[in-house]
Amino acid sequence: MMQFMLLFSRQGKLRLQKWYAAHQDKMKKKITRELVTLVLSRKPKMCSFLEWKDLKIVYKRYASLYFCCAIEPEDNELLTLEVIHRYVELLDKYFGSVCELDIIFNFEKAYFMLDELLLGGEVQETSKKNVLKAIAAQDLLQELRGIVRTSQANLGGHFRQMQRKLPRDFLRTTGLADVEAWKITYPTHFTNTA
Amino acid sequence: MPTVKGDGMRGLAVFISDIRNCKSKEAEIKRINKELANIRSKFKGDKTLDGYQKKKYVCKLLFIFLLGHDIDFGHMEAVNLLSSNRYTEKQIGYLFISVLIGANNDLMKLVIQAIRNDLAGRNPIHITLALQCVANIGSREMAEGLSVDIPKLLVSGDTIDSVKQSAALTLLRLLRSSPDSIPMGEWMSRIIHLLNDQHMGVVTAAASLIENLVKKNPEEYKGCVSLAVSRLSRIVTSSYTDLQDYTYYFVPAPWLSVKLLRLLQNYPPPEDPAVKTRLSECLETILNKAQEPPKSKKVQHSNAKNAVLFEAINLIIHMDSDPNLLVRACNQLGQFLQHRETNLRYLALESMCLLATSEFSHEAVKKHQETVITALKTERDVSVRQRAVDLLYAMCDRTNAEEIVGEMLEYLESADYSIREEMVLKVAILAEKYAVDYTWYVDVILNLIRIAGDYVSEEVWYRVIQIVINRDDVQGYAAKTVFEALQAPACHENMVKVGGYILGEFGNLIAGDPRSGSAVQFQLLHSKYHLCSPATRGLLLSAYIKFINLFPEIKHIIQDVLRSDNNMRNADVELQQRSIEYLQLSSITTADVLATVLEEMPPFPERESSILAKLKKKKPSSVPEGSEQKETTASKIPAVQMSNNVDIAPPTSINLMSQADELVSFSEAPPPSVFTFDSGPAPSAGGQSITLQGFDVGESSTDDFVDQGSPQGGSASVDLLGLGSPTQPTAPSVGSGGLLDMFDTLTSHSSAPATNGIDLGGLSGGAEEAFRKFICKNNGVLFENDLLQIGVKSEYREDLGRLWVFYGNKTTFQLNAFLVDVSTPGNLSESLSIQQKPVGGEVEAGAQVKQQFNMACVQEFAEAPVMTIQFLYSGAQQKISLKLPVVLNKYITPAEMDANTFFTRWKALNSPSQECQQIIKATSPIDHEQVKAKLIGFSVSVLEKVDPNAENFVSAGILYTRNQQVGILLRLEPNKQAQMYRLTVRASRDKVAKILCDLMQTQL
Repeated sequence: MMQFMLLFSRQGKLRLQKWYAAHQDKMKKKITRELVTLVLSRKPKMCSFLEWKDLKIVYKRYASLYFCCAIEPEDNELLTLEVIHRYVELLDKYFGSVCELDIIFNFEKAYFMLDELLLGGEVQETSKKNVLKAIAAQDLLQELRGIVRTSQANLGGHFRQMQRKLPRDFLRTTGLADVEAWKITYPTHFTNTA
Repeated sequence: MPTVKGDGMRGLAVFISDIRNCKSKEAEIKRINKELANIRSKFKGDKTLDGYQKKKYVCKLLFIFLLGHDIDFGHMEAVNLLSSNRYTEKQIGYLFISVLIGANNDLMKLVIQAIRNDLAGRNPIHITLALQCVANIGSREMAEGLSVDIPKLLVSGDTIDSVKQSAALTLLRLLRSSPDSIPMGEWMSRIIHLLNDQHMGVVTAAASLIENLVKKNPEEYKGCVSLAVSRLSRIVTSSYTDLQDYTYYFVPAPWLSVKLLRLLQNYPPPEDPAVKTRLSECLETILNKAQEPPKSKKVQHSNAKNAVLFEAINLIIHMDSDPNLLVRACNQLGQFLQHRETNLRYLALESMCLLATSEFSHEAVKKHQETVITALKTERDVSVRQRAVDLLYAMCDRTNAEEIVGEMLEYLESADYSIREEMVLKVAILAEKYAVDYTWYVDVILNLIRIAGDYVSEEVWYRVIQIVINRDDVQGYAAKTVFEALQAPACHENMVKVGGYILGEFGNLIAGDPRSGSAVQFQLLHSKYHLCSPATRGLLLSAYIKFINLFPEIKHIIQDVLRSDNNMRNADVELQQRSIEYLQLSSITTADVLATVLEEMPPFPERESSILAKLKKKKPSSVPEGSEQKETTASKIPAVQMSNNVDIAPPTSINLMSQADELVSFSEAPPPSVFTFDSGPAPSAGGQSITLQGFDVGESSTDDFVDQGSPQGGSASVDLLGLGSPTQPTAPSVGSGGLLDMFDTLTSHSSAPATNGIDLGGLSGGAEEAFRKFICKNNGVLFENDLLQIGVKSEYREDLGRLWVFYGNKTTFQLNAFLVDVSTPGNLSESLSIQQKPVGGEVEAGAQVKQQFNMACVQEFAEAPVMTIQFLYSGAQQKISLKLPVVLNKYITPAEMDANTFFTRWKALNSPSQECQQIIKATSPIDHEQVKAKLIGFSVSVLEKVDPNAENFVSAGILYTRNQQVGILLRLEPNKQAQMYRLTVRASRDKVAKILCDLMQTQL
C-alpha cells in the first residue's frame, strides 16, 4: 500500500501531498521536509529507489517537478514508477501538456484526478480512458448544474486552455510528460518566484 | 494572470497569483492573513453567501492550508458544501473535509450523515465522491457508521463497475484502520468471485481487498488461489491488444498481474496438480517474455514488464519448490546485474539476496560473485552499493568466506560512513560463522578495529575475546597478534581494550620471546594508558593486576604504577578504587590466594551471537530469514560449533511472581560495565575487599509454579560479563552458595538442550502442568523459559470472564514480530466465545506487554483454548503453544444453602447423566484445610454442617452460561487411611458433572 505521495518543485516547494495513512500535521511536515531534502540531494543518474525508515521511497523527476511516493517493503518499486507516470499522463491529457503552473492553479483538479487513479493507497483504475471519462463526467455535471463563470472549459477535446498570458505560453512548450523536457531548464524568473 | 480550468474561480486564481508574486516569506504571510481576515468576515457576515462564494472561500482556505499554514475554521461551511446538491460544491466540500478534518472532529457526525445520504442516493458520481471521502479519512467512527452500507454496495448486483471499484478499496481502507468495526457478513463469501469479474478495473481494485482478507484468514479464502491463477494465466497468455486500455505500453495489465502474483504469495504452492501446472506455466511464460526483444524502447515498457517479472520471481522464491524456476530466475537477475539501468541493478541485487537463501539457487547466485564485488567497488550510488554488501553477505558460505570477507574489508577502507557500522557487523559475523581457522578470524577482527575502529561496537570486540578465551588453540596467536598490533604508533582505543584483555589473560604465552617479554608487554600497554578513556584505563588496571600473577618479576613495577598519584588519587572514583584495591590485593595476599583470584577466565557458555542480534535490530530487512537455516548447517561443523554460540548479556533479574502478588513484574538490573566490580556497600572483611557480583541470580522467590514451567529457571540469564572480570572471585557471593558452584550451574544449564527452539507441534514443555495449576487459581505464571515469562491474571463474573496475559521479555533484545494467536480446538468456539485484544509487533528488551481476552461462556465445554505465541528472537522463529487457563469451573458462582435444601436438590438430580463419581488416589497427604482451599478455588461454596460426617465436604454453586444456569452440587469424601477420595458431582445439565469431576480430580 502506498503510504503517501508528494509532489514538489526543484526549489523544494510542495505542490501536492496525499497521505494514505493517518499522521499528525506536525509529523507530515517533518516527513515532507526530510524527504524533500533527501530526494533533492540525489544526482540525476542515481537509483530511483531508496530505503527510508521502514518504507521504500520511489521518486521520479518530470521537468521541474519531483514525484515522490513512499511504499511498503512488499510493494513493487518499478510499478510505482509507472503509477507516477500514469498520473503524469492523466494530468497531461487533461490539461493538455501539463506544467507545474497547472497543478498550482488547479490543485483541486489534481487531487480529484489522483483519487480516481489511487484510492486508499491502492491502484483503483489503470485505464487512462476510464479515468478521463470519470473526470469528464464530473466536468459535465459542472457544466450543466453549475454556473459557468468562465468559458474556458472545452469539453470535447482535451481541455486546452484558450486564454493564455505570459509567461505561461512559452512555459507550455515544455510539458511535464515529455521525457525530453527534463533537460530543459526553465527561465530563472519563473523558478525564483515559485 | 493565468487562467484556470473548468468551472474556474477567478477570485481563487487571483489569490494564488498574488501569493506567487510575493517577494518574501513575510509578504506571503501578510497576504495570507489579509485573506484569512476577509474570509472570516464573509463567513461571519450577515449576508448569506451563495454556494459559489462559499466554494471559492473554502478553496482558498484549502490552498492556504496546503501551503503549510494552520486553518482552524471553515469546516462548517465545507460541511454545508458537501451536503449541497450542486456537484461542484459537493466536490470541493468533500475535498476540504478529506484534507482538513481530524478523526475526532465534532462535525464528523454531520459528515457521516451526509455521506450516508449520498451513498443511498442514485447518483453514482455522488456515491463515488462519498466513498472517496471515506477512503481518504478512514476513521473508526466512519467504519462503525458505514460498516453495512459499503459492503452492500460492493456485492450488490445493481452497482455500476466504477462504484464497485471505489467500494472495494474504501472497504479495504476501513478494514485496515479499524478491522474490528466491520462485521463479517455474507459479502465475504462472495468477494473472491470478483476475481472473475468482467471488468478489469473491478478485478484490479478487488484484488487488493482480497489480499488483505487473505492475510488475516488464508484458510477461509483458499478458493481464491485457483481463481487468481486462472486470471493470471489469461493475462499472461493474452496478446497486448486483447486487453485494450488495460495494456500499458504493450504489457497486458501489469498492475493486476502484480496484485495477483502478490496474492499468491500468501499461500504455499497450489496442491491441485492442474492449478500448480498452470501457475508454473504462467511463471515460465513471464520468464520467457523477459528474453524476448522489447516491443518498445520506452522505459515505461521495460519497467512494467520487469515489474511483473520481479513479482513473479518473488513468488518463485516464496514457493521455493521448483529448482528449475529458481535457477532461471537467478540467471535472469544475473543479466540485470550488468544492465545499464541503475534501477534494475538495484532491484536485481535485492532480489538475489532472497535467492541466495534458497538451497536450490544458492550455488547459482554464487556464480555472480565477481560481478557483485565489482558493483561494490564501482557503483556510483551508495544505495546500490549497500545492496551489493547485503548480497555478498547473503551469498557467503564456507567456500567463499575468505574472499568475500577480504573484499569487504578492503572496501571498508573507503566505504561511506552511512554503511560502515553495518558492514563491520556483517564482516564480524561472517568471519565468525565461517571460520575454519581461528587465526584468520582473529586477524579479521583486529583488521576491522584497525580500519574502522570507530564503527566497531562493543558486541564485536566482546565477541573476539569470548572466542579467544573459549579456544585454546588460538590464544597464543591472539596474544602475538595483539602485541604486534599495539606496536603501531597510533592505535584505536578498541584495539587497546582487546589488547589489554588478551595480554592480561594470555601474555604469558608469548613471554618466552625476549622481544615480547613481560616487561616489554607491560611497557607497551602502559604507553597507551594516558591516551585512553577512564573505562579503558580501568580495563588496563585489571590487566596489570593479572600481569602480577602471570609475571611476578614485574610486580614491583606494576605496584609503582598503581601507587602513583595519577592512579591512587585519580579524580575518577572507579580508577582510584581499583588502584587501591589491586595494590592491597597484590601486597597482602599469599601467592596461592593471588593465583586463585587472578586465575584465567573460565570459558563462556555457548549462546547465539549477540552481533547477529544487533545487526537484525539495526536492519531487520537486511538479514534474510532463510539465513538461519544456513547457520544451523554451519554449526554442525565441529570446528565452528564449539564456540559458535557465545553470548554476552547484561544481567536480568526477574522478580518472579509470587502467588499473592497480583502484578507480574519484571525488573532489569542495570548492566554492569565489563570491568566494573559492582561491590555495593563494600564489605572489606578480612582485608580482601573485592567482591565480584556482576550478576544477580533471579531465584529470590521460588514459586513452585514457576519452577514447574521453567526447567532452566532464571539463572541461565545471569550475566556473563559480570563474570568476565579478569579476576576470579574467592569470596562467597551474597546469598547464594560459592561462586564456583555457580559456574558449574551455569555451564550445565547452558549445555542442556535449549527449550526455546522451534516447537512445531503440540504444547510447549511444562504447559500441561502449569495449566492444571490454574484450575483452582486465577493468577500466576503460566509459562517461563530463557526468553519469555508469561503471567496470567483473570477475573470472572457469572458467564463473563476477563483474562490478562502478561508477556515479559527476559532477554536484552527486542522480540520482533510478536504474534499471539488463540485457537479453539474442536467445536469449542460454539461453547466459549473469545475476544482477543490485539497485541503485537515488538516487545522491547526487559519490557512487559499485556493482552486482554474477554471470554463468555455460551454452554459447557471441556477443552481449553490453545494460545500460540510466535516471535523472532535474534532472527530465529520461536513458537510457544500453551493452553489458555480457561476452564468451566471458572464460571461457577458459589451458592449457600442449608442441609435440607441441599439434600432435597441432591435427590432431585438422580438421573445417571446428571451424576459423575470418581475414586481418586490422593497425590499428597490429605489435609482438611488444603482441600477446603482447593474447593473454594474451584469456585464452589464449602457448606458447613450439612454432611453428618465432618470430614466430608459438600459444596454448591451455580454455573452461569449464556444459554442457561446450571445448578452444581458436589460431595467429596476423603479416606485418610487409604489416602483416597471419593468425588461425586451432580449437575442439572448433562455432561457438566463429568467435566467438572474431571477438572476437580486433577487437583486432589
